[in-house]
Amino acid sequence: MIHEAADLPLPAAIAVATFLLLGATLTLIGAVGFLKLPTFYERIHAPTLGTSWGIGGIMLGSMIFFSVASERLVIHEILIGVFVTITTPVTFMLLARAALHRDRTEKNPKVPAKQTGNP
Amino acid sequence: MSAIIVLTAVSIAQLMLVAAMAIASIRMFVGPRAQDRIIALDTFYINAMLLLVTFGVGTGRVIYFEAALVIGMLGFVATVALAKFLMRGEVIE
Repeated sequence: MIHEAADLPLPAAIAVATFLLLGATLTLIGAVGFLKLPTFYERIHAPTLGTSWGIGGIMLGSMIFFSVASERLVIHEILIGVFVTITTPVTFMLLARAALHRDRTEKNPKVPAKQTGNP
Repeated sequence: MSAIIVLTAVSIAQLMLVAAMAIASIRMFVGPRAQDRIIALDTFYINAMLLLVTFGVGTGRVIYFEAALVIGMLGFVATVALAKFLMRGEVIE
């Protein structure tokens, strides 16, 4: 089933365009930060811009587009949004722990030592 | 009029996402360590997923959504497996 973009009313088209551009811009900003930041522990923050509002903006645009074009509520894009929102902290947490483990094994002086005993 | 607005926005968004994928692949080649490359791969597949969704908006077909969902799920499993490999040196213990 194909929905034509020409069938959309003008306000819906503007909303779809705004959300798509917002999401793509934030994803690009996240990627640039990922390239520019100096250390790994700073770099790990940048791509989350793409996985929070990048995903959110593009999914909102897609939801508005298909809902208005097919004249019923189409919100299955929420599945991707919820799934990515749940899984991104898990993967980045695991990666940060793995990187910290590797840095400590190599006795890298820039990372804090492992806390031992009760505080 | 609304077709021009939507299709222009889709084209610009696709260009931005492709640029983000190119930047992620630069980081994947440059490194400097394995964890950077894994995060670059993660960023790369998330951008590819977003690109598929924008293709779906551009062509008006719903089928691209399912491809995006599959990419999201497989990418998560791949990243977790790679992180586990970095941590332990083996995936299945």
